[in-house]
Amino acid sequence: MKAKNEAVVLSQMTEAEKIAAKQKKLSYQIKKNKASYFMLAPYFILFFFFTVLPVLMSVGLSFTYFNMLEMPTFVGWKNYIKLFLDDDIFMTSLKNTLIFAVVTGPISYLLCLLFAWIINEFKGKLRAFLTLIFYAPSICGNAYMVWNLILTGDRYGYLNGLLLKLDILNEAKLWMQTEKYIMPVLIVVQLWLSLGTGFLSFIAGLQTVDKSLYEAAALDGVKNRWQELWHVTLPAMKPQLMFGAVMQITQSFAVADISINLAGNPSVNYAGATVVTHLLDYGSTRFDMGYASAIATILFLLMVGTNKLVQKLLGRVGE
Amino acid sequence: MATKPKRRLFKKRQKQLNRSMAGNTLLFTLMIICGIFMALPLVMIVNNALKPLDEIYQYPPKIFVRNPTFENFTDLFTLMNDTWVPFSRYLLNTVIITGGGMVGHVIVASLAAYPLAKHKFPGKSILFSMVVLSMMFSWTVTQIPQYTIISWLGINNTYAALILPAWSFGMGLYLMKQFMEQLPDSLMESARLDGANEWQIFWRIVMPNVKPAWLTLAIFQFQQMWGNTGSLFLRDEELKPLQFALQQITAGGVARAGAAAAVTFIIAAVPITFFLICQSNVLETMTTSGMKD
Repeated sequence: MKAKNEAVVLSQMTEAEKIAAKQKKLSYQIKKNKASYFMLAPYFILFFFFTVLPVLMSVGLSFTYFNMLEMPTFVGWKNYIKLFLDDDIFMTSLKNTLIFAVVTGPISYLLCLLFAWIINEFKGKLRAFLTLIFYAPSICGNAYMVWNLILTGDRYGYLNGLLLKLDILNEAKLWMQTEKYIMPVLIVVQLWLSLGTGFLSFIAGLQTVDKSLYEAAALDGVKNRWQELWHVTLPAMKPQLMFGAVMQITQSFAVADISINLAGNPSVNYAGATVVTHLLDYGSTRFDMGYASAIATILFLLMVGTNKLVQKLLGRVGE
Repeated sequence: MATKPKRRLFKKRQKQLNRSMAGNTLLFTLMIICGIFMALPLVMIVNNALKPLDEIYQYPPKIFVRNPTFENFTDLFTLMNDTWVPFSRYLLNTVIITGGGMVGHVIVASLAAYPLAKHKFPGKSILFSMVVLSMMFSWTVTQIPQYTIISWLGINNTYAALILPAWSFGMGLYLMKQFMEQLPDSLMESARLDGANEWQIFWRIVMPNVKPAWLTLAIFQFQQMWGNTGSLFLRDEELKPLQFALQQITAGGVARAGAAAAVTFIIAAVPITFFLICQSNVLETMTTSGMKD
């Protein structure tokens, strides 16, 4: 009824009156929600200065030539044109990044969920300990040391040693210097590093699922843990699933450190190049910030598109 | 003669709902196999820190230590005494930067997450999507503009140059908002009927109920701040954090490889300790608070 009345009133007003009424309504709402805005203020003021402004400035820089010594000079779309028409290495790195995104993205995400869910079955101190073990690669900071030891290119490397002993190989392989092995090995390492931010947020998310839902589900005919997972647990932690997905996208599209530390930058014939290694190459080695910013902008658009798609998919969980 | 009641070695657990023995066995086996593989970095850090120099340079390298020694740590402590700025100063800087960056971020981000999750007001969806999208922009290229802004604000070469940007990281707000969204509205509604204002609801109702979320956020933020050497923004030696001093020590080359192994251990051990404290608290929370809609 109220909405209908409002519509009648609105239709009787002139344009100017409508705008004035809208403004009045807006200012009324802002006043009414004063508490909300006060709570938002500290974060968003800082966010504006340290994130929004820098991002806008970077996007601006992507239309310039900027070597970090002289003032930037405007070059229009030149960086973007070069990126797509004149830069073969960018195409290689884009391809590699998409492989990482398509292969490690979903698998890592599922691994985070799977292990968080299994660990949730344990109790007390054992559980905290298991969480630590599985989170160890993310917290220890020596992941590359471990993998360099495994992947050493002579027969003393652990992987070579093992394969030689089992007679699968008859000579040691230079894993990180051979073009065709670089991507598969990097994918394995990336998967091993999966259990990070998403994993811990799922662990916390599982804690907030209302326990009485499980009892109710058992009465409703849920028979085993797998059904319980799909029909009760996952729908109850949808917000965490969304969060995990965004974190996964930002990580899978930004793979760079493992490639640089294990295969080098540039890697053999750019076999391990990703969009971010390419960006770092221009940003911190060649001091071409304009070009690096253009790469960052393209990467950003890629992630935003993927995010839209993934959020749609996640909307279907539990149906 | 009446049989004595059998004493059980293990207390018989109440059977959990919907859990089969076969499923349990399968999952536990999987956990053990994967666990060994995932624990490798931990095992290596501990063993390396205890290796004498000749074992560190042994080729081919071995994972496990044969003659464990604390030499590396005593070496490290000797080196610490020789630093130009007293070592306690580095420690103090780290406490301020890591502690300030972490506590401040958890509070500021949670405070903003609450209205985004539970209030209706104009501009809400724009603000929120800005935060989510900001996480997708490569920080490598925003560092230069950020440096410009920090200089312009006049906080370069102060603790604030590291702490204030950390308060506005996107991930924390997103994480907190997602958890707060799950809280039933009735929880806040009944508090409002009792006359509580929004601040009171935030501190007394919302935050205690999302304890697993902010404990987890504290872990992330601690890791982030602890790993920061501050070398981009801090010029004065007196302001630099522990991480910087420790990395200076390890930069000493071959002769300091032992001390470097001890440094790697300490750099990992501190966040791990913090992690364990937070994690064991994450687990206790929900059993004590009965929250139903």
